[in-house]
Amino acid sequence: MYSLGDGAKNAKPRIFHIEGDPDHPVSRGSLCPKGAGLLDMIHSKNRLLYPEYRAPGSKEWVRISWDEATKRIARLLKDDRDKNFISHNEKGQLVNRWLTSGMLASSAASNETGVLDFKFARGLGMLGLDCQARLCHAPTVAALAPSFGRGAMTNHWVDIKNANVVIVMGGNPAEAHPVGFKWVIEAKIKNKAKVIVVDPRFNRTAAVADIFSPIRAGSDTAFLMGMVRYLLETDQIQHDYVRSYTNATMIVREDFAFHDGVFSGFDAATKSYDKSSWTYETGPDGNALRDMTMTHPRSVLQLLKQHVDRYTPEMVETITGVKKADFLQIAEIIGSCSAKTKTLTWLYALGWTHHTGGAQIIRGSAMIQLLLGNIGMAGGGVNALRGHSNIQGYTDLGLLSLRVPGYMNLPSDNQQTLQQYLDETTPKDVIPGQVNYWKNTPKFFISMLKNLYGKHATKENGFDFDLLPKWDRSYDMLAYFDLMYQGKVNGYIAQGFNPLAAMPDKNKTSLSLSKLKFLVIIDPLVTETSNFWRNEGRYNDVKTEDIQTEVFRLPSNCFAEENGAIVNSGRWLQWHFAGQEPPGDARHDPAILGGIMTELRRLYAEEGGACPEQLLHMTWDEDTYHDPSFPHPEEMAKEANGYATQDIYDDSGKLLYKEGQLLNSFADLRDDGSTQSFCWVFTGSWTEAGNQMANRDNTDTGLGNTPGWAYAWPANRRILYNRASMDIDGNSWDPHRQILHWNGEKWVGADVPDFPATIPPGKEAAPFIMLPEGVGRLFSAKGMNDGPFPEHYEPVESPIAKNPLHAKVTHNPTARIFQNDAERMGNRTEFPYVATTYSVTELFRHWTKHSHLNAMLQPEQFIEIGEKLAAAKGIGHGDTVKVTTKRGYITAKAVVTKRMRTLNVAGQEVDQIGIPCHWGFEGATRKGFLANTLSPGVGDANSQTPEFKAFLVNIEKTDEVAA
Amino acid sequence: MNSQNIIKRSATSEITPAPHVRDHQMEVAKLIDVSTCIGCKACQVACNEWNDLRGEVEENVGVYDNPRDLAPETWTLMRFTEHEEEETGKLEWLIRKDGCMHCEDPGCLKACPIPGAIVQYANGIVDFQSDLCVGCGYCVAGCPFDVPRISQKDNKAYKCTLCSDRVAVGQTPACAKTCPTGAISFGSKEEMKTLAATRISDLNERGYENAGLYDPEGVGGTHVMYVLQHADDPKRYAGLPKDPKISGVVEGWKDVLKPAAAVAGAVAVGAMAAHFISVGPNVTEEGEESPDDAA
Repeated sequence: MYSLGDGAKNAKPRIFHIEGDPDHPVSRGSLCPKGAGLLDMIHSKNRLLYPEYRAPGSKEWVRISWDEATKRIARLLKDDRDKNFISHNEKGQLVNRWLTSGMLASSAASNETGVLDFKFARGLGMLGLDCQARLCHAPTVAALAPSFGRGAMTNHWVDIKNANVVIVMGGNPAEAHPVGFKWVIEAKIKNKAKVIVVDPRFNRTAAVADIFSPIRAGSDTAFLMGMVRYLLETDQIQHDYVRSYTNATMIVREDFAFHDGVFSGFDAATKSYDKSSWTYETGPDGNALRDMTMTHPRSVLQLLKQHVDRYTPEMVETITGVKKADFLQIAEIIGSCSAKTKTLTWLYALGWTHHTGGAQIIRGSAMIQLLLGNIGMAGGGVNALRGHSNIQGYTDLGLLSLRVPGYMNLPSDNQQTLQQYLDETTPKDVIPGQVNYWKNTPKFFISMLKNLYGKHATKENGFDFDLLPKWDRSYDMLAYFDLMYQGKVNGYIAQGFNPLAAMPDKNKTSLSLSKLKFLVIIDPLVTETSNFWRNEGRYNDVKTEDIQTEVFRLPSNCFAEENGAIVNSGRWLQWHFAGQEPPGDARHDPAILGGIMTELRRLYAEEGGACPEQLLHMTWDEDTYHDPSFPHPEEMAKEANGYATQDIYDDSGKLLYKEGQLLNSFADLRDDGSTQSFCWVFTGSWTEAGNQMANRDNTDTGLGNTPGWAYAWPANRRILYNRASMDIDGNSWDPHRQILHWNGEKWVGADVPDFPATIPPGKEAAPFIMLPEGVGRLFSAKGMNDGPFPEHYEPVESPIAKNPLHAKVTHNPTARIFQNDAERMGNRTEFPYVATTYSVTELFRHWTKHSHLNAMLQPEQFIEIGEKLAAAKGIGHGDTVKVTTKRGYITAKAVVTKRMRTLNVAGQEVDQIGIPCHWGFEGATRKGFLANTLSPGVGDANSQTPEFKAFLVNIEKTDEVAA
Repeated sequence: MNSQNIIKRSATSEITPAPHVRDHQMEVAKLIDVSTCIGCKACQVACNEWNDLRGEVEENVGVYDNPRDLAPETWTLMRFTEHEEEETGKLEWLIRKDGCMHCEDPGCLKACPIPGAIVQYANGIVDFQSDLCVGCGYCVAGCPFDVPRISQKDNKAYKCTLCSDRVAVGQTPACAKTCPTGAISFGSKEEMKTLAATRISDLNERGYENAGLYDPEGVGGTHVMYVLQHADDPKRYAGLPKDPKISGVVEGWKDVLKPAAAVAGAVAVGAMAAHFISVGPNVTEEGEESPDDAA
């Protein structure tokens, strides 16, 4: 960023040009179209410049002062909280929660703002807390954590260059991640890599791929289980790896079963499973039984063979529409990567997460990569590609309804004491000699409580465990907006979040927002949500005067106006510096949250009210921040890392830390209150040696690893599970991909070992240190809600009559659909075409449409339709069409293309329609509908991330004016 | 760039030749590898951002090409072509970054009647000196690639400068720097040819037998070159001319008519411009940009 002035008092900085940072190991100075256009985003005409207020029923905004806004919002929040706070549930359990107001936190804000978001929401007892991860990569965590131990991208962008094969499925990185995609091109050019794309659309990733196959949206699980079957059938697996490093050897309980689409333990009344049979048989010593020959009929390998037996190439073609020949061609290439010296990297994003079975699709790729021995390998991995600049960070920080920082869960109603919570959440050893790192949960959790409640958190009061709100059910966005729709929510805060555009079923979202008493928008830009009450004709046909919601609109900073860290897909915490101040009267997010929280604390201290300790004990005072009404990012960054709260000695009595010193490692966290850390995975990011996130040494230590650049959680490891790149005796599977070696005392090499550095080769400890088994899971045990093996279920809105695998169980039996949403589902007679929504490269969600530079590139809503269907419907290039679902309609321009093909699925022709999701009634682009008018309100069975990628529509040419 | 770097100057006779003392410099070139271009348009944005250009927010007319065409405020843009191999049914989505080719022998410069309104620097960059431009449109007629556009706002011709301002201070053009996949490279013409050769051999190995470099001789070679998967059929890439030449009219006219026009002044120029605009860009062949191809 280039900014005017030299820092002199009279030279007010103003950004006038932005180009890429040539030192950055990933971007190497390049920028994608969104990045290159940021100048017009920062200086957009749609930047908010001062606080505004919309009175109930009013048609206009009125400017108000910050003081007035802050005081009124604090008063509304307090009154609602005091009236509706639930201290005890019906059973008399202490729950300390507040359900009638909620908050959306912005995944485009820095980690440091995220710390405050969490403290703000939980300090008030809110459970209706979410960030964009809910609409994005929540299924990634739900799938990868039970598979490998951590729910994040296993490798990193630059590492893609080490791959021999790049498979892109459920993603479109050339468009969504162009800067990272350079490493795919690098693999092609420097490593002769083959690039394979399987996607409903021939997209811009396919344009540079070697092989492309179209697939029916919502059928990926069948493709992947077919691939597992092919690998097992042709015996193209990395045998040593599978035997040593996966649970293929483990014996599953006798009562585990799968019949006709349903696993053992299903309760039809609750639509959920009793998972007790989904685990290992144990011996008399309590340890899980194994058969190292993997021939035991109940070994995971044999059960897996049995499970995937139905997924023949013919069945794959029937379900997915992928031609048998294409499937086999791709299978052959994938199979070739079972060689120890070949790796395949799997790239995916929201094309997989946005399904009712999203998490299980991701599981499918995790299983394939385990079978191929590709996890922990340079050029391997299951690589979740993140979207929002800090969605990884907001996930790490636990800004989701039932989470706390560092991938731990918020306690439930039934976890009434700290000890009980820790007993239930800390995993026991299941195989001797394994690292089972989560056994340190008490250290992480208590250090977090110590951070949240400071001096109030004592051993005697369970470190104020009681003050954390307890949950009885999920309050994810779909659930919370349904409560809002029912009139059970009064107040809502949307910070850097545009739910009217981002949630499925916009018309329902609009009705939900209309039932709020007050809505607080914190945003740098005008959003559709902030103007949800305004009639915009067909695009937002609401009765303004009937909408009694008070709306506050508070202008905040954008990324270019703050110091702070954001976390990239590869888990790198990267510090950035402000290039200018927020424009006009806009304030930094920490000042906005700090202002409201300070006022709330003042009110509670003066007036009392419902459970005042919940926020008064929260560390948001003068002891914590130099100015609680505007905490500085550096203060939150340090508390996220953590401090010693008293002098700490090691076992030999040597002083490790003096009171107040920053911690070097999460290995130093204690469970006695002598350490505090907001987010244990971030420990090490800001130590006494300084801000490690701002490190800028881009030296390549081998295979594209740059440990001197920024700071990667955990412990600066760049390739997760990298111990698995070697056999149990420490020999690299592939000498050209050697990441680590044993130097006689410890593991050293290009990367930080993701393993205890001093456990020597040959010991039984296996590389997946976050799982109690120590091995990767082909069978996810109790980790998933809908089965330990993935199974293909039809999308809730499906173009075919029944599931070809089991006609009686067509849909995911555990998919949660609220009655209000079920009524808004369409059928295949009325809506015969499959629609899938996505982003195109020129725009980022509903944000960059405010940038003129980007608006020029894709000026208005369009849809993509195949030539055959277009001809049948009389639709030509650039015609205006009307796309309809049970939930509403949009109009759009038609892009008629050879890139959308009619597929043959289950004996019938299926046409798919592509619907980019970017435009709306605000922004520099042409006004139009919000595309999410069309998508249905149903979520992934494991994470409740909505289904945006496969639903039913109808399409007609229309004379209506284009969007 | 400095006036002493100018080696060719429009409408300038041999009596007052361009300076040549400072010619000891590298000939530059931009290489666009179509086979690794993902059509993300970052180059379009970077070009607009660096050059302070803001075009209109237009309509979608059923294709990905936006803005729809080159314009005074759009000096480069992606042109998308869907091509289906008749025999195999294999689909290709060919994406070509269009813009000024910076010909070694520039038709625009030859056609321009105003002394010094179009120049070529010793490094090969062809630049418009817009303060001198009268908007006659001869450059439009003279360009075999249909690149320059006349602004309705100020009646001057505009096109890509190859970021001559950045290149002069050792920076790469904005498009080349931003290109996320490295499909745009910038360096000496020789280096770019060597790089192209490695890309072509990779494409040959991947089954593109006719992969090759586009550096057409008819205009003396270009300082913007393409690596094409199908160099035997450049027209497939949204009508890239197979064998571009400066039209005979411009060639002949340059020597005979132009000095007179320069003397006669802008009024006469305007009259002639009308004629040459009506002639249009000379070498673009018919049917090259039908909407079907451009989808």
